[in-house]
Amino acid sequence: MAALDSLDRRLIDAYQRGLPLVAAPYAAMAEQLGVSESEVVERLQRLQALDVLSRVGPVFDHARAGASLLAAVSVPETERDEAAAMISRCPEVNHNYAREHRYNLWFVMTAADETQLGVRLDTLEAELGRPLLRLPMLEGFHIDLGFPIPWAELESS
Amino acid sequence: MSVSTCPSDQATREARDENALDALDRAIVLATQSGLPLVPDPWAAIAGPLGIDGSEVRRRMQRMLDSGVIRRIAAVPNHYRLGYLANGMTVWDVDDAHIDRLGRVVAALPGVSHCYRRPRHLPEWSYNLFAMLHGHTRDDVEQQAEALCSLLGDACRDHRILYSSRILKKTGLRLAARSDRQA
Repeated sequence: MAALDSLDRRLIDAYQRGLPLVAAPYAAMAEQLGVSESEVVERLQRLQALDVLSRVGPVFDHARAGASLLAAVSVPETERDEAAAMISRCPEVNHNYAREHRYNLWFVMTAADETQLGVRLDTLEAELGRPLLRLPMLEGFHIDLGFPIPWAELESS
Repeated sequence: MSVSTCPSDQATREARDENALDALDRAIVLATQSGLPLVPDPWAAIAGPLGIDGSEVRRRMQRMLDSGVIRRIAAVPNHYRLGYLANGMTVWDVDDAHIDRLGRVVAALPGVSHCYRRPRHLPEWSYNLFAMLHGHTRDDVEQQAEALCSLLGDACRDHRILYSSRILKKTGLRLAARSDRQA
C-alpha cells in the first residue's frame, strides 16, 4: 500500500463522515487542517488516484434516490463466470459479488422506479434462465458511523 | 413542464413533493454519483453543463441531504485498500416478533456497516436479517458473528456467513435516466 502521511490520514479520518456543503468546500477543509486549498485538492486527487478514496462526493440512499433490489442466483460453478459476466454487463447493476454459498452470485439492480426495476429483473432472469432470489429491503436499521482506520496495523503490514 | 403562476399552488405542491426528485435533481445526481470535481468551486463545475449556477446545485444538494436522499457528502474510503480485507455478509433467521428491536441493536454494533430486514423465501431461503460485517481477517469477522449470535440468543434460529470470493463489479449509485432502456 502507498505510504500515507499524517495529513492524508487526518483528511480521511476527518471527512469520511461528511464534508462541509459550503461554497468552497476544499478551502474550508484546508482551513480546518491548517494547510492550503491547493494542498487539499492535490491530496484528494492523489488519494483517489491510489484508490485509497473511491470518490469524494455524495453517498446516496439508493432506496430514496430511485429503486434498487438485492438479488441472488444459484448457478453451477462451471457456468458461474459466464453468468457473472451477463449480470455485470447490465449498466444498471452497481454491485456484483461471487459469494461462498449455494446462491453464489449476488448483485444489486437499480432503476429509476419500481416498474422499470421489475422489467430489468425479469429480462435478466430470462437471460440467465434461472430463478432470481429477490430480496427487497423491508427495513433499514442504519447507523453506519464509518470505520476507524487501522493506521498502526497498516504500517506493520 | 408547465409553469405555475399561482404562488400558493406552487408552495403547496413543493411542500407535498418535498422529497420527490425533479428532473434537475436527477441531473445533479447523475453528475455527482461518481464523485465531485476536485477543483476549488466544484458546484460551479457541476452547474455549468446544466445551465444553472453553483448556488442552485448547493441548495438542491442540501435539500437532498435534509430529505435523506443523500446520506452524506464525504471522502469515501476504499475499505479494502485500508486493511479491511475480510467482509462477510451475515444472514440470520430471526423471530419476526423481535426483529425490529434486534435489527436496531445489531446495526449499532461496531464493524456492522449495513443492516436490513428482507423477506424470507421458503423453503429455499429462511433468513430475514442481513448484516454486513467488516474486519481485517476472517477470524475478526467470525468473532463478530459469534458475538452477534449470543446477542440474538433464542430469537435466532440459524445464521450463515457468506464471504465474497470475488468482487465482480462495484460502482457508486447507477441512476439511469428515466428514458434509458425502458424495454
